[in-house]
Amino acid sequence: MVTVSTTTRTAQDLTAQARDVLGVSRLTNHALTSWLHGLPGVDQVGCEARAASLGTRSVKTTSKAWAIDTAIGMIDLTTLEGSDTVGKVRSLCAKALVPDPLDGTTPRPAAICVYGDMVATAKAALGDSGIHVAAVATAFPSGRASMPVKLADTRDAVEAGADEIDMVIDRGAFLAGDYLTVFNQIAEVKMACGAAHLKVIMETGELVTYDNVRRASYLSMLAGGDFIKTSTGKVQPAATLPVTLVMLEAVRDWRELTGSQVGVKPAGGIKTTKDAIKYLVMVSEIAGDDWLTPEWFRFGASSLLNDLILQRQKLATGAYSGADYVTID
Amino acid sequence: MPKFEYAPAPESRAIVTIEKSYGLFIDGAFTRPRATFPTLNPADETVLAEVSQASPEDVDTAVAAARRAYEGVWGRMSGAERGKYLFRIARILQERAREFAVLETLDNGKPIKETRDVDVPVAAAHFFYHAGWADKLEYAGLSASGADVPRPHGVVGQVIPWNFPLLMLAWKIAPALATGNTVVLKPAETTPLSALLFAEVCQQADLPAGVVNIITGDGSTGQALVEHPDVDKIAFTGSTDVGKAIARSIAGTSKKATLELGGKAANIVFDDAPLDQAVEGIVNGIFFNQGQVCCAGSRLLVQENVHDQVVAKLKRRLDTLRVGDPMDKNSDLGAINSRAQLDRITSLVEAGVAEGAERWSPECTLPAKGYWFPPTVLTGVSQTHRVATEEIFGPVLSVLTFRTPQEAVAKANNTAYGLSAGVWTEKGSRILWMADQLKAGVVWANTFNRFDPTSPFGGYKESGYGREGGRHGLEAYVTTAPATLTGAAR
Repeated sequence: MVTVSTTTRTAQDLTAQARDVLGVSRLTNHALTSWLHGLPGVDQVGCEARAASLGTRSVKTTSKAWAIDTAIGMIDLTTLEGSDTVGKVRSLCAKALVPDPLDGTTPRPAAICVYGDMVATAKAALGDSGIHVAAVATAFPSGRASMPVKLADTRDAVEAGADEIDMVIDRGAFLAGDYLTVFNQIAEVKMACGAAHLKVIMETGELVTYDNVRRASYLSMLAGGDFIKTSTGKVQPAATLPVTLVMLEAVRDWRELTGSQVGVKPAGGIKTTKDAIKYLVMVSEIAGDDWLTPEWFRFGASSLLNDLILQRQKLATGAYSGADYVTID
Repeated sequence: MPKFEYAPAPESRAIVTIEKSYGLFIDGAFTRPRATFPTLNPADETVLAEVSQASPEDVDTAVAAARRAYEGVWGRMSGAERGKYLFRIARILQERAREFAVLETLDNGKPIKETRDVDVPVAAAHFFYHAGWADKLEYAGLSASGADVPRPHGVVGQVIPWNFPLLMLAWKIAPALATGNTVVLKPAETTPLSALLFAEVCQQADLPAGVVNIITGDGSTGQALVEHPDVDKIAFTGSTDVGKAIARSIAGTSKKATLELGGKAANIVFDDAPLDQAVEGIVNGIFFNQGQVCCAGSRLLVQENVHDQVVAKLKRRLDTLRVGDPMDKNSDLGAINSRAQLDRITSLVEAGVAEGAERWSPECTLPAKGYWFPPTVLTGVSQTHRVATEEIFGPVLSVLTFRTPQEAVAKANNTAYGLSAGVWTEKGSRILWMADQLKAGVVWANTFNRFDPTSPFGGYKESGYGREGGRHGLEAYVTTAPATLTGAAR
């Protein structure tokens, strides 16, 4: 087992750790390519069949209640629109603080996810509630900007108080086989994050193949990502069960290899309680129950929260209330 | 530390009505129950119903009914009309799918998730598929151009096993009816209920009386059916020993036969395989239906350089398998079908351990009542061990290693059986080469235990002869010989 320190401070340290994991004296693109392409392939049919079969688990009564509350606590409640305003972000924060005014026992989501310029607003609105503020950065969603711009974007959000940074990888570089560039960018952004947690968005909808998803997952973990995340939500398909399955296998195997645990965040398109429960089943049966906390698993979502609240009310009262009994943000 | 516990999610058994006792289904009606014996729920050893032991006289009556139906109506009916009946049966199976799934799980012990997602839908698919053939037999390429059009044999005697009671019934009855034969079918002694419910479906579909006859009983009933002089063709799925006995008993007669017998399939994993999916394929190959599958991937042949990795992944995966109440929708493994089968599995595993294999099972609590065996992995198995050569027919995987593709082929083929095999590699050319070399009727590449009515299924060597399913499967049910030599002319 190769030990990876969790208190890494410099990009050089990350490179040194990566050399250690790969067992090479110099971290070259060739070394990265050999390592990533040496990972076992993913059979598309088998992977999708496995995800579908986990989707047939029947989660009822007490397990459902537990799953709903667990899922609510894992949400990164998100607004990422050009039309976002201070008012909209404050309203979203208020929703996070009081998800269901009819039931004070409803758990709060893990974080609010916004663009960098809204971090201060969100921070102020959330106060000392313990709900994190996550900011998307690095020329989100395309990632098409120079490195200084990406780093400035990151630092700006961190200085405004972001607890978590959701960066995007350079998919162009990845698809061109320039893994070293992707590695270096992640490592530098990780440094710019300081104490903030780094989620690495791979935009799996643009990587297309499961082999690519597996390689990008390993590359992101190698470069110091605290979380690997499927999507920006701006590209279709966003999160899918099989893509998340491949990522869960990756974090599971990575911990076995290095001893360090990395989180997973599917984002985009997860709208219903039923969907969320399928993801939790997969987390439990693929990665293991160690991942079943907001520290290690998140949902990037906006409308999911209200469906979970609706189902929560149904379990409590035995009757479906309706859209007007849950608050919009 | 949080833990995701699934609350019990039992399927309701109220959906299906089980009679206290059943007669035989002969000539479109049920006889009065007589000489009954119990059929048990293997998950808790409770009696589900009493069924009748068909005597040689009953067999005679059933064959006579089938003969009348063949000569009077079914053998003369146009293919298009026969097809309508088959379509009707297929639709009724779908409509009553939940009933069949519950009944099959109760009588067989397999998990409801399998009967719901595999047994019943695939059985319906077989009827749909063969319904389509009924009016197109002339174009199936079964006879040489210019020769006679294919004609049915007449009365077919069919004996099926307990591992897939309804699905094997569909494999047998659908092609027989599509080609214009009539049927006397004997379900297995321990799993007669879904066949008896199918008899109800035949009534519901207004199938002419005598076209399908279902007679229950033990081996002696099967023997009487096979040896009956007015049966034109035998279709049997079951053990190799019984298959050999059938072959002996029909030698020298004009009876045709297809035999689908045992297997000891190799599931071959190369070092470049998609390992996570290969592990799924290994699990599906040997633990699907508690491993009580003739084509089960009971021998894992893994390339030696990835042996430890694959076995570690496999064990981790098996820790998540859920063994228990077959009616719970989250159960992955159910009960073994009978005490006799449980005893056989137990004694073979003990023999394996005595011969030097290392035995491992995940931690699991087995119910106190019923017939249960934990998922089991035997490592350190050699070609010479009994667990590598004999069919165990249970949730027991024997792990062997190989070094080169040639060695993998040699070991895979070094068996008295030849029903199925699996190959796991990302190299397409190797898949084609392996498929060419493996002496197995079915070779799955990067998957296992996939069944489709369009695909022929059957074995080499002691796994039997003849094919079922697909265009090839029709061949066994028709003759292209001159009409005077066939049952049709009688």
